[in-house]
Amino acid sequence: MRLGKRPKESTFQRFYIMSQFRFWKPGIILTLLLINLFIADLLFGSVSISITDLYVALFKNTDSNAREIIWHFRLPKALTCLLAGSALSTAGLLMQTLFRNPLAGPDVLGLSSGASLMVALMIFLGQAGITLLHIISVNPWSLAIAASFGGAIVFLLVIVLAQYIKDNTALLIIGLMISAATSSIVAVLQYISRAEDLQTFMIWSLGNVGGTSWREIQVLIFVVLLGIIISIRQMKSLNGWLLGENYSKSLGINIQRSRLWIVASTALLTGSVTAFCGPIAFVGLAVPHLMRLFIRTANHKIQLPFVMIGGASLLLFCDLISQIPGNGQLLPLNAVTSMIGAPLVIWMVIRNKKVSI
Amino acid sequence: MITTSHLSIGYVINGSIHTLIEDLNLDLHAGELICLMGPNGVGKSTLLRTLAGLQQPIKGEIIGPDKKNIALVLTDRISSANMTVFDLVTYGRYPYLGWNLSLSETDHKIIEESIRHVHIQHLAEKRLYELSDGQMQMAMIARALAQQTPVLLLDEPTAHLDLNNRVEIMNLLRSLSRNAGKAILVTTHELDLALQTSDQIWLITADKKIKKGIPEDLVLDGSFDEVFQFKGFDLKTGKVEHESHRNKSIQLIGEGYPFLWTKNALERSGYAVEEDKGKMVISIHVKNKISWKFNDDQFESLADLLTALSLK
Repeated sequence: MRLGKRPKESTFQRFYIMSQFRFWKPGIILTLLLINLFIADLLFGSVSISITDLYVALFKNTDSNAREIIWHFRLPKALTCLLAGSALSTAGLLMQTLFRNPLAGPDVLGLSSGASLMVALMIFLGQAGITLLHIISVNPWSLAIAASFGGAIVFLLVIVLAQYIKDNTALLIIGLMISAATSSIVAVLQYISRAEDLQTFMIWSLGNVGGTSWREIQVLIFVVLLGIIISIRQMKSLNGWLLGENYSKSLGINIQRSRLWIVASTALLTGSVTAFCGPIAFVGLAVPHLMRLFIRTANHKIQLPFVMIGGASLLLFCDLISQIPGNGQLLPLNAVTSMIGAPLVIWMVIRNKKVSI
Repeated sequence: MITTSHLSIGYVINGSIHTLIEDLNLDLHAGELICLMGPNGVGKSTLLRTLAGLQQPIKGEIIGPDKKNIALVLTDRISSANMTVFDLVTYGRYPYLGWNLSLSETDHKIIEESIRHVHIQHLAEKRLYELSDGQMQMAMIARALAQQTPVLLLDEPTAHLDLNNRVEIMNLLRSLSRNAGKAILVTTHELDLALQTSDQIWLITADKKIKKGIPEDLVLDGSFDEVFQFKGFDLKTGKVEHESHRNKSIQLIGEGYPFLWTKNALERSGYAVEEDKGKMVISIHVKNKISWKFNDDQFESLADLLTALSLK
């Protein structure tokens, strides 16, 4: 995307630069949208805060109610939305490209299910008095640790399998089977558990971006950045996957290594978000489609930044919507993401009549 | 450019080896266009992938450039319909690009030349789903050209195309081998085109070997008939054999193209055509336009003539 002046540009080069340039306008629009949504997410909630109060709270060192709300609640929440939205959407894009399947999402490798299983185990068995689990479960980070642990186990399993299984479709099916198996164990645990534990688990599984502390956000930023950097470094091989294995090999792309990196990046992105926010559904599946319909390109050099910004925007928007009931009442995030996302995708698909990866 | 010695190709399923073609000693030279032919399922594509270094040979060795220096046009479906032709051709430069995919001035020149070479400049901004099969094939060839390799391997580049596109592609490959000095290997089912354009034909025979030779030799020594077991097609005349089921012979008088096509029409309809004898006599008259004379009647078209004949 270099736009510098060059001597003697050919017709094609001009066309190429033009074609790159055509992404600047939507890019700027989307970024402005993101900034507005971010600010809106800081302003609206159970207590509305005015722009001036927000400015004072953020940049002046005075004691006020607004400052308390912004720094302890709204800002962490908005940042979590930003990180989780871009992480999940990027992971979704990676999976759709790797599996060349428009139905793939960040959870197809079974990471979210693994995380759910560990969280369920801790909530249901921990309260039931198993000592070791009980010790862990009183820790405030307990849910995040359990989720990371569950995600990591599945991740290692998938990485090992990915070394042996050369076929992407087989890997996809194994991921889906892991999901199915863990979900059924969770179902059994739910069936035998107490009502109050069930509610704790239900709340976790509906997704929540409001509960993250600054320490947790630090961890989240670190892991998500790592995942995103890996995904950006894999741009070339991601494009290669669109042509398929044979062409990629003949273009000198090491497909085995690239597959490992893509899986690793997805695991970091999905795993970290699931650990801190619960299994947030739909964003990872929908945003890559929305962005491809919006900018119509197959080049990951363009797709990746768009999907990150788009994902962050959609999750911020969903968070705003979830506050509609007012009085501190919140709609569950997972319900909102699907409620907002599904009609949006349907509308875009009908308008464009064609979907591809 | 590529030499193989005692090469066996095939695939391995659950540890058991299936050999498709064995003991191959092949030479692919610069400036040569070779057609690889054989019935379906004998291993044409497997041989192509093995030569390209995408698949391990079962035995023997291949001496040739590494896989980045062999450009491919395969039958693999491309899953992204949003891709533009320009993006597709850009892939040809990938072996020379870093992870951030930034194209240099030279890359741009090469991409442009490749697109111009196959005459699809007007399609550069089109998306792949907007292309016809023939245009898609041209774009794939442009992508292969952008890779700037001495060797080009193409798997069925003329499949599903109409005659015009088939001829265009074979002529393009012909000129690439002649003028750009590339070594080109094409698998194809198009017997007539292969016979007329290739320098050599590699024919996969029933005993898992490859018979090499210039097209005309293979026609005359009956190799093609043996491999393809033609049913009603006479390769030596290049025509479909017709059974003269009507048991009527016609003496046809005329010359040139009108004679050939009239003969074709009559034979196709089941008449035996002779030049010097026959129960019925048809003469062809060429003045301003062609007309046919039969039993003192004049006909303006062959269709009318055939109708009149069938009433006799």
